[in-house]
Amino acid sequence: MMMRRQTGLLALLLLVCWLPAQAIITGELIMVRSDKTFPEAMLILQDAIKTQGYTLSRVQRVDIGLTMSGYPTDKYRIVFFGKTEQIHELTKKHPELIPYLPLKIAIFAEADETLLVTSDPAIFMDLYPDPRLHEVFHQWHEDIVNIMKKVQIPD
Amino acid sequence: MFYPHRKPALFLLLFLTSLPCLADKGEQLYTDNCAICHGHEGTGGVGIPLGLESFLEQASDEYLRRTIRVGRPGRIMPTFYRLADHEIDAIISHIRSWKKTAIPKWDNTRINAEASTGKQLFEKHCVSCHGENGRGGKGTGMMFSRPRDLPITPPALNNQGFLNSASDQMLKNIITHGRKETPMPAASEFNLNETDINNLVSYIRSFQKTMVSGRPMLEEPPVMVYTSPYSFSETIENIKRAAVGMNFRLIRDQALDYGFVPEEQESKTHTMVYFCNFNFLYQALAVDPRVGMFLPCRITVIEQNGQVQAMSINPKRLSQLFNNNELDEACDKMHDTYSTILEEATL
Repeated sequence: MMMRRQTGLLALLLLVCWLPAQAIITGELIMVRSDKTFPEAMLILQDAIKTQGYTLSRVQRVDIGLTMSGYPTDKYRIVFFGKTEQIHELTKKHPELIPYLPLKIAIFAEADETLLVTSDPAIFMDLYPDPRLHEVFHQWHEDIVNIMKKVQIPD
Repeated sequence: MFYPHRKPALFLLLFLTSLPCLADKGEQLYTDNCAICHGHEGTGGVGIPLGLESFLEQASDEYLRRTIRVGRPGRIMPTFYRLADHEIDAIISHIRSWKKTAIPKWDNTRINAEASTGKQLFEKHCVSCHGENGRGGKGTGMMFSRPRDLPITPPALNNQGFLNSASDQMLKNIITHGRKETPMPAASEFNLNETDINNLVSYIRSFQKTMVSGRPMLEEPPVMVYTSPYSFSETIENIKRAAVGMNFRLIRDQALDYGFVPEEQESKTHTMVYFCNFNFLYQALAVDPRVGMFLPCRITVIEQNGQVQAMSINPKRLSQLFNNNELDEACDKMHDTYSTILEEATL
């Protein structure tokens, strides 16, 4: 009995040590820095979005628009994604969410590295107090953290 | 019950097991919380280059601890209120592991010199980088937002987070020796003596006020919604006309579910109108490149239950996410622009 408890404590300690390695920045913004170049990070991001079960709907090439208008700048894209059924259902039941859909992540170059940033969907809990939506926001948060983590530390 | 003294071998095993994971924890916490701005090896970016030897020689653990705890209100660096004390210590240990420098310890003795004389010296020698009243350089420090020949954005010395973290003795040391590998010169380059330096410290300290934790949250709704008396298609045309009238270029209009379903199945009652003013966009990105996550400018028109509505995000509400005073101005301007377009389109 005593041995089992001690083994359990040891297992708990190991678990506590492992858990932070799975964490990612949480707060109002979710941001990560990838040591990959922009094209590499972009590929990993798109793959991670699909792996997480989302559809990639579009990539907005902000840098192209800026450059064509006479404002040359480094690589800067916005990646839009979502789940088709969820978008249809949410926009029907909660039109107040529409301006924030589809979900998106800004990805841009910083020298040889790449930065990614998006708002933490958890902030929507304050913006939209309807408790039925909170499960959705929580899931988005989890999914986006997973996606960003894959770009930060690719498998 | 678990009695460590009765099972020393097991206790030792637990202790030894925890050591490497605490070290790893500091690196992991740094990666998750700090690397985005300060770089994986502390080379800097949005944040200052923490890995500089001269920085580590001048920044005490107490300064780092307080900085992580209170942040820099309005200057990007957030407050890490979620981190426990031992996690902050783990991050500091990781930062210290980059360079084998002596860890400074500054006492908290205040320097009571002549702030008015310090002001004159500040305006003569410091204002060109640190700005009037120590408000700091512009931009986030990211390459998008600063001249690329500058390694860092000059810090805001009047920031209450900075003043609550740095002791007078630390300020004195920085002014005296400067900071190598940054544009910060040593006082000797300006022939400043110890009295001058003390006066400067007193002037910088005079910026300090009672610190209010966090920034006041505005009671702004998350979205701006206007009901339109016009038909769905008329409202879309009105939006486009109003946006062009406000010097925006129309990018495109598309169904909300564009890219999710085949074109023939796209929604006919939810249309997004995208538009952009590239000059404004360029300026906004220069202020804070992270703002791109709310780009491009967009107003969505929907028809539901026989009612037509036009809606957008509320930039005023979202600006609160960034902890960037400079960005607040741009977001206020964008809020007013959205309001004007929405009003014109639905009048």
